[in-house]
Amino acid sequence: MTKSELIERLVDQYDDLTQRDVELAVRLLLDRMIDHMAEGGRVEIRGFGSFSVHHRPARHGRNPKTGESVEIPPKYVSHFKPGKELRERVNLAVAD
Amino acid sequence: MALTKADLTEGLAEELGFNKRESKEFVDQFFEEMRQTLEAGDYVKLSGFGNFELRDKGQRPGRNPKTGEEIPISARRVVSFKPGQKMRTRVESRVVVSD
Repeated sequence: MTKSELIERLVDQYDDLTQRDVELAVRLLLDRMIDHMAEGGRVEIRGFGSFSVHHRPARHGRNPKTGESVEIPPKYVSHFKPGKELRERVNLAVAD
Repeated sequence: MALTKADLTEGLAEELGFNKRESKEFVDQFFEEMRQTLEAGDYVKLSGFGNFELRDKGQRPGRNPKTGEEIPISARRVVSFKPGQKMRTRVESRVVVSD
């Protein structure tokens, strides 16, 4: 499912919301989550999962092509941990 | 403070004028659509945000860390998330305060 398919499915379920309303709403939800993480915050959606930001310290790396040693600067990366309901529903679908 | 569904609900009401019930329902349904898709075995690709993919893991040997007893970890399907370009860039470029 892509973002536009998600938007379509939501449009189908709400008679009182236009395609435009749903597009704006989906964009707002995704942007709010990114904005919060960009400031280093966690996002916790019960039953779905949580997004957090992890710090990766600087390290020495090597250019795999040239073998040259390079300094990889410290950075932040985002991480998703699926929540209990999502984990169980996804796994149950294949457990039987 | 973590961002929660309540904050997202408030955002929809404040910025798009959804009423309280509508925005709560919408936020719940937004995540439910993604759960249903993943449950059905399909991936979710939200450009800019990231992709939720499924990985099937075979059974592997495990151990009860308390007793040391060997117990197999059953085969399972798990969700993995790959952040999209926009999220990666915005999160990564945060100023590193100290190291």
